[in-house]
Amino acid sequence: MRRLLALVPLALLAGCSGMQSMSEGAGFGSHLFNQLMLLFLVVTGISYAAVLLFLTMAVVGRRNEGGEPRLQALLIAWTGFILIGLILLTGASFLSDRREAREGSDRTPLKVTVNANQWWWGIEYQNDDPSQSLRTANELHLPVGRPVELKLNAGDVIHSLWIPALAGKQDLIPGRENDLRVVPTRIGHYRGQCAEYCGLQHAHMAFDVTVESPQAFAAWYKAQSQPAPEPADPGIKAGHDFFMSHACAMCHAIGGTPANGTTGPDLTHVASRKTIAAGTLPMTRGALMGWIANPQGVKPGARMPAVGMTPDELHAVASYLETLK
Amino acid sequence: MTATEHPADVPRDGPELDGPELDRILSETWGDKPGLIGWLTTVDHKRVGKRYIFTAIGFLLLGGILALIMRLQLARPDSGLITADRYNQIFTMHGSTMMFLFAVPVMEAFGVYLVPLMVGTRAISFPRLNAFSYWLYLCGGIMLWVAFLRDVGPDIGWFAYTPLSGPEFSPGKRADFWAQLITFTEVAALAVAVEIVATILKQRAPGMRLDRIPLFVWGMLVTAFMVIFSMPAVTLASSFLLSDRLVGTQFYNATEGGSALLWQHLFWFFGHPEVYIIFLPGLGFVSAIVETFCKRPVFAYPIMVAALVTTGLLAFGLWVHHMFATGLPRLGYAFYTAASMSIALPSGVQIFCWIATMWDSRPRMEVPMWWVVGFIITFVIGGLTGVMVASVPLDLELHDTYFIVAHFHYTLIGGAVFPLLGAITYWFPKITGRMMGDRLGKVAFGFVFAGFHLTFMPMHFTGLLGMPRRVYTYPAGMGWSALNLTSTIGAFVMALGVVLFLANLVRSLGNGAIAGDNPWGAASLEWATTSPPRPYNFAHIPAVTSHTPLWEESLPVFSGLRVEHRELVLTTVVEALPDVRDPSPTPSIWPLLAALATTGLFIWSIFSPWALVWGAIPVGIALTLWFWPKSSPDTHQEPVIE
Repeated sequence: MRRLLALVPLALLAGCSGMQSMSEGAGFGSHLFNQLMLLFLVVTGISYAAVLLFLTMAVVGRRNEGGEPRLQALLIAWTGFILIGLILLTGASFLSDRREAREGSDRTPLKVTVNANQWWWGIEYQNDDPSQSLRTANELHLPVGRPVELKLNAGDVIHSLWIPALAGKQDLIPGRENDLRVVPTRIGHYRGQCAEYCGLQHAHMAFDVTVESPQAFAAWYKAQSQPAPEPADPGIKAGHDFFMSHACAMCHAIGGTPANGTTGPDLTHVASRKTIAAGTLPMTRGALMGWIANPQGVKPGARMPAVGMTPDELHAVASYLETLK
Repeated sequence: MTATEHPADVPRDGPELDGPELDRILSETWGDKPGLIGWLTTVDHKRVGKRYIFTAIGFLLLGGILALIMRLQLARPDSGLITADRYNQIFTMHGSTMMFLFAVPVMEAFGVYLVPLMVGTRAISFPRLNAFSYWLYLCGGIMLWVAFLRDVGPDIGWFAYTPLSGPEFSPGKRADFWAQLITFTEVAALAVAVEIVATILKQRAPGMRLDRIPLFVWGMLVTAFMVIFSMPAVTLASSFLLSDRLVGTQFYNATEGGSALLWQHLFWFFGHPEVYIIFLPGLGFVSAIVETFCKRPVFAYPIMVAALVTTGLLAFGLWVHHMFATGLPRLGYAFYTAASMSIALPSGVQIFCWIATMWDSRPRMEVPMWWVVGFIITFVIGGLTGVMVASVPLDLELHDTYFIVAHFHYTLIGGAVFPLLGAITYWFPKITGRMMGDRLGKVAFGFVFAGFHLTFMPMHFTGLLGMPRRVYTYPAGMGWSALNLTSTIGAFVMALGVVLFLANLVRSLGNGAIAGDNPWGAASLEWATTSPPRPYNFAHIPAVTSHTPLWEESLPVFSGLRVEHRELVLTTVVEALPDVRDPSPTPSIWPLLAALATTGLFIWSIFSPWALVWGAIPVGIALTLWFWPKSSPDTHQEPVIE
């Protein structure tokens, strides 16, 4: 019975992309959400059925023949039912919350700091050895099974970090540091998105989440810790030089180069990401060129200005960025 | 009953002064001057109430048009129909218009129109304040909409979180117009709330003890108290915001020792009660309709009243459930979860009592009853999803998604707008003297009901699939596209239903069947007078002996009030025993002029802090002349002796 009921909401959602679905259950939080939601659906479903049944009877069925005493008895029963239901749901909700807080507390967590800005996510993997810390943007790679402690800060307005497939959301508030604990339990690609309205481009503030095996994660971490490769040929070198000598380098950082701006996303390994412009465009050469040439056309109001360049220069910069794997 | 021991030379209503002669004198005393002057100076709660209702419905239509534009934009992924900037203004305007310019005012408007009639008095208390309130509300609404049409509409969401709404991230004047709209509507709403409390507590017909008050009036009383206790919080919040923006205070600036979360606490301490401010009058409509069409008092009256009061009290203990994701202490959340869930108890009990009333009688299924049935079917879903979002682990996923959008439209449209449309159909004959068309009424109900569910039911699933609210567009391939298209189609079906409802309303104004005093055979006092009521409401003040006065064998009256001056009888708070006679103010142009002066001050203060100094002068002059004492031998209170 329980299993059958579980299928009801899932069946309704079947056939849809689960990348950003709460019922995906790819993290412990989302898994608990499914369990708790099922309980709530059963209790509220019974209540709703009772109301509809009573309403139908009252409008078209036989009249009450028991007078006021019968109504009073029913009212007492109904009140009792509501009270029991509420106590059950409040208790279950409280226990579920406690369970989520305890989950994974026996394992060493991965520590990640998130800095949200209009309209992108700065990500820093913290390590006790600062030289091993890692900076990236708009993407999270997480090893499956290991708890992640996210420290949440906002640089401008309130944002909310939310990976529906893994866990509930938590706000990033200027002047406060919040934290969010996530335990990913299933390997896959997911999508997160800002959940608190944060201004003009709130709709385009997403990020990619990759949950992978500990080995794959370690390999990714190692690759990301490398500085950017030196430009290999003159075309790429021209792109590199343009980047370093123009406004690009004022806002963006590329490891191993003079560019160390922090007002925009770190681009050291931008070409290894799945998307650009905070989950707005796929990481392809065409999208990259379109974005660089006209950021305001893709994402009106984005903080990135169009930097004047010739078509050749645009090709060169795109070629250079493409080497930043 | 008569009041005796009065000077014999003053004409008073009674057996010796009745019929057409009494009507002539009372109409002279309580009527307005003809023409434009009368229209501008009136303090008649029925004229002001009608204008309030008419204006609020106008804003409902404007807000609805914005909703349709949003639905068109969201009908397909990556739509470029409107820009991000316009969309953000539109959803802010939709929320602000619906909450501040439609929902709260329309409920108060029905209170202004109906409460004095239902408690059996000649006028609302503080009638000039009432007129002032309307003009101020109208000016505030016009200000916001003119700003929007000139592309300075707010784009910060209807709850305007700081620091996004602060000086750094919302330069220009958009956010100021929003914050000042709050000031306008709060002053207007507080004024009405005070009038309603005073009218209900002191002007009830003799004999209408607290346990004989119609449930709608109880709903309005609780609502008015909630307005009085909750609105100051948001007025404070928006004043802080304005001063942060205008004179560089730092209330909400974390880097200068302020707090971004302070705004949320203050706003939601108002914002959650606000939902019940909209919804309790809706419950009152339902109680009135159910009682009439079941020809039976609503089952368990004391429990119904207790449920209203409980809801009003609990409403102040739940604001934190809007802030579960802000990182407040986790254990403290448990209290707000329990408080939020416990709202289900009074709501569930009331639902039971209405259905039990129907079951224990033979309900006549006229159009208002269809709206009540639609209300129960719809609102209960909203209430149950409300139980879900009260749970912290569920809310952390559901918060700020389309699931929430679905949830609050089920509670607000299902819980307040459906009863409102039923109430319009129900009281239309009282207000206009004509019945609304029956068949068109049912067709309109069908379209609105079906369109509503087609729009908002899919949003639960759009939300579960991860679509956040307040996004101007979304990518394809997320599983949201078909659901969004369905919602858009539903929105237009619902809009068609609203158009049919209004067409019925307009047609019935001229062609509807003549209603008579009490077309539905209702029990409460507003049906004891003519339809539409005369300016003085009742020729003789009714005396109440039961909870359902018009279902008694006869309606005794209380006579002896002066007829050549506006005079009311005040009664005691609990027992409604006649206490004193009290004069009631006459028409005046000063409420309008004071409202215009206040409007000048409010709008000017968007641009300069000096407005508070220089702008206060015209306001002071207007208020002084409004309250200028007039020496008249007839303005003192006189004890009533039975």
